[in-house]
Amino acid sequence: MAKVPISLDKLADQFGPHPAHTPPGGWQDESRNSAERLVKTHCCFCGQQCGIQLKVRGNQVIGFEPWEEFPFNEGKLCPKGVKRYMQGGHPDRLLDPLMRTPNGFRKAKWDEALDFTANRLRDIQQKYGKDSVAIYGGASLISEKSYLLGKFARVALGTRHIDYNGRLCMVSAGTAYKLAFGVDRSPLPWGDIAMAQVALVAGANVAECAPITTDYLWRCRDAGGKLIIVDPRMTPICRNADMYLPVRPGTDLALYMGLLHVILRDGLERRDFISAHTSGFEPVAESVRAWDPRTAAEKTGVPPESIERAAHLFAKAERAVVLHARGVEHQSKGVENCLALINLCLATGNIGREGAGCAMITGQGNGQGGREHGQKCDQLPGQRSVSDPEARAHIAKVWGISPEEIPQAGYSAVEIMEAIHRGEIRALLSACFNPLVSLPDANYTREALERLEYFGVVDFFLSETAHHADVVFPGSLQEEEEGIGCTTEGRVIHIQKAVDPPGNAKADSFVYIELARRLGKEKYFPYNSTREIYDELREASRGGHADYYGITYEKIDKNMGVFWPCPTLDHPGTPRLFENGRSFHSDGKHHFVVTEWRESGDPVSVEYPIYLTTGRVVSQYLSGTQTRRIGALLDQYPNPRVEIHPKLAEQYGIKDGDWVTVASRRSEVTLQAMVVKTIRPDTVFIPYHWPGGRSANLLTHRTLDPRSKIPEFKVSACQIKKAAAPPEWALSSGAATSAARSSA
Amino acid sequence: MHGYEFYVDPSRCIGCQSCVQACAECETHRGTSMINFDFIDRQGTTATSAYVCWHCEEPTCAMVCPADAIKKGDDGIVQSSLKPRCIGCSNCVLACPFGIPKIFPEYEQMMKCDMCYDRTSVGKRPMCATVCPSQALAYLRPEQIARRREKPTNVFQFGNQKIVTRVYMMVPAETDAVSLDVLDYMWEESYARFSQAQ
Repeated sequence: MAKVPISLDKLADQFGPHPAHTPPGGWQDESRNSAERLVKTHCCFCGQQCGIQLKVRGNQVIGFEPWEEFPFNEGKLCPKGVKRYMQGGHPDRLLDPLMRTPNGFRKAKWDEALDFTANRLRDIQQKYGKDSVAIYGGASLISEKSYLLGKFARVALGTRHIDYNGRLCMVSAGTAYKLAFGVDRSPLPWGDIAMAQVALVAGANVAECAPITTDYLWRCRDAGGKLIIVDPRMTPICRNADMYLPVRPGTDLALYMGLLHVILRDGLERRDFISAHTSGFEPVAESVRAWDPRTAAEKTGVPPESIERAAHLFAKAERAVVLHARGVEHQSKGVENCLALINLCLATGNIGREGAGCAMITGQGNGQGGREHGQKCDQLPGQRSVSDPEARAHIAKVWGISPEEIPQAGYSAVEIMEAIHRGEIRALLSACFNPLVSLPDANYTREALERLEYFGVVDFFLSETAHHADVVFPGSLQEEEEGIGCTTEGRVIHIQKAVDPPGNAKADSFVYIELARRLGKEKYFPYNSTREIYDELREASRGGHADYYGITYEKIDKNMGVFWPCPTLDHPGTPRLFENGRSFHSDGKHHFVVTEWRESGDPVSVEYPIYLTTGRVVSQYLSGTQTRRIGALLDQYPNPRVEIHPKLAEQYGIKDGDWVTVASRRSEVTLQAMVVKTIRPDTVFIPYHWPGGRSANLLTHRTLDPRSKIPEFKVSACQIKKAAAPPEWALSSGAATSAARSSA
Repeated sequence: MHGYEFYVDPSRCIGCQSCVQACAECETHRGTSMINFDFIDRQGTTATSAYVCWHCEEPTCAMVCPADAIKKGDDGIVQSSLKPRCIGCSNCVLACPFGIPKIFPEYEQMMKCDMCYDRTSVGKRPMCATVCPSQALAYLRPEQIARRREKPTNVFQFGNQKIVTRVYMMVPAETDAVSLDVLDYMWEESYARFSQAQ
């Protein structure tokens, strides 16, 4: 049913990605006209959600101006933020609903696309049951849209299967923080990073994935702070590290248990803090006893002396922070890795004070807000558990249904794709998600998409996944619908609407409201604006951990953001979550949680002897649907390259620029080598933003963390060899065009 | 902006090229970036550097210009070449010890960083230093830069040419001037100078 209707080249000719190199109106012409207004809003391209002003003229975003008053980034922007406005007036923008035909996609009227979709969903649910339909959401959506998607799935469709692409991002950290602290949020405002005496950065390529955070680390060092970085690659910030620990992929847990071992062995723990504010210390102390520096070193490849020294640096600091990101979280023991870092903070009393604590660096634009209000398979709004009877009763009341009508927890994102593959889920409606590029084992994802009986996509550009759709609804860019987001700090921010969606494109919320109406559920979706959705979200979140009740759009504007929880209209918000000994667990304590070592789900072997790890580059965002359409960003890094240490390269006769085939137990890709001394010689790295034959996720595997269900993107086994000839993708029009333009 | 100075610190640069992208947004050279950006030796290191024009007190580019097309204003800013005068000879490109000026064939003139004259002249910070995520390029007051580990210098020794610049380079705290000549660091050389003076 959902095979790609025409050749990929033909689709690419029609829908792109065509990299836009000039702003709407060209550099010299219309775009020189001055802006009619500046709209204070936020960047859409990562979890930091920097403040930015969009220049608007007519119904067109024509440029940007730094927003220096916004306290988080004070005008700073990475190249993605600088060029984000180039999405405005983009030639690839979807301006009409599309419906598939045997000859490709044709334009359709909204009524036709919506009626067709509602009928198909109804038929499929009647035939196979409610749970045969699934919803995919995205963490780049404003919180109102993600709230609406959760309600749409549970109320309009009555399916338990809704999950989102944050499953590929923040769930390991979220699960760990809930276990340890009872709440899923970075507990400190970013200003605390600059006040720390030691910053331990674990599996976080800050320079490329959270560039603005770099300045906080540099200010920490300016004040005498020491920087310890753990990464299999020397990322750009490593140049200024006081200690660099080159951990072997997938062995982070051993390192952190080793650090705690040294701290406890040498009596550097804070007993007073442990007894006053924590529980579960003794079993954790017991669990690290075997992890002496020598044992940890053998597992991790980090010298025992470095483990000793890092442990002492960290534990002897008055104030220490830990920053962690996907490097530790994208593992089948992602939750354990985060817990081990939290255990380090708890053991040394580094929680709930200025300049101390642990923080997760949120990945997606609204990665924090997008996971709080109901598009996660196991959560209801306000960070409530879907299995908690009290939470169900509260949400049912807000929604005007009975608690029994709220479905129980459904499958997570990868599990949904697996259920599609085995025929259990027959229909999928996907928004803001490009699983063909972003899920592991891309060939498997393609097979699954081809089996769908109905596939609907809401997006503003035709993503590679949308090639498989029956219906594509032309949705809205972030700047085309008003709403809120929540940043990596836990700061709730206001996303301003700058322009209307162009052509016949509509705000995303229109799609779900209209589908709900056609499914006979209009009385539950009576909204005229996202503000009305937000007011309901505030009520729904009330009393939950992520309590937004006291946060209004106006209050956000006045205060440059408000940190949740904020339970009442006169509440100032909560920048530092655990201040004054506060805990979100009912026993009033933070919980030590025991972590246990286990191997990766795709172990290296004689046949596949090299570690493969994947990640991002600074100029691209996630699956590239947006940023591969912005010429200046593509020019910065046009195609994925495989990073190989000279020692490994020499072993295989590979030189910089050679074509190299990287093969895993799933598939293979052929990319150009980038021979660099900045990566461990037992590891290769490929950024994952590209589709088709360039996709790093052809190689990755579907092993999930058992608790967070995050895939193990950071650890696969592979083999490499020098390729005889360039691969097919390098000869196709799309790649050639971007390469030619970058050299021009 | 009064009281603000421009500081460059390659040790903080993370190679993101936000400066390069933002510079191309300028009203006076739209679509073209004036930032000099380099991966210094990507095979060996992630080190990168992003430079603006140093705006020399006695600009070499202006001194070697046969057409008198390069002017320094009272504010100390060395402007791009005057288009009616510039003959595109590249003397400035070859002579600048920092390698800053470039000839843009499409504009038929030498253009370079003018420290965002359109912004700084109306009380805004230069675009690159405003957006720079790591503040490797920074436009700050001296008391703000004094909080950093490194210290600023604007004296450079290139062979026999001593250059004083408007833009500051952040250097290790014990450094007063940047010399790129090994001889200046050698004991034998200082001994030789001493014995010659005898």
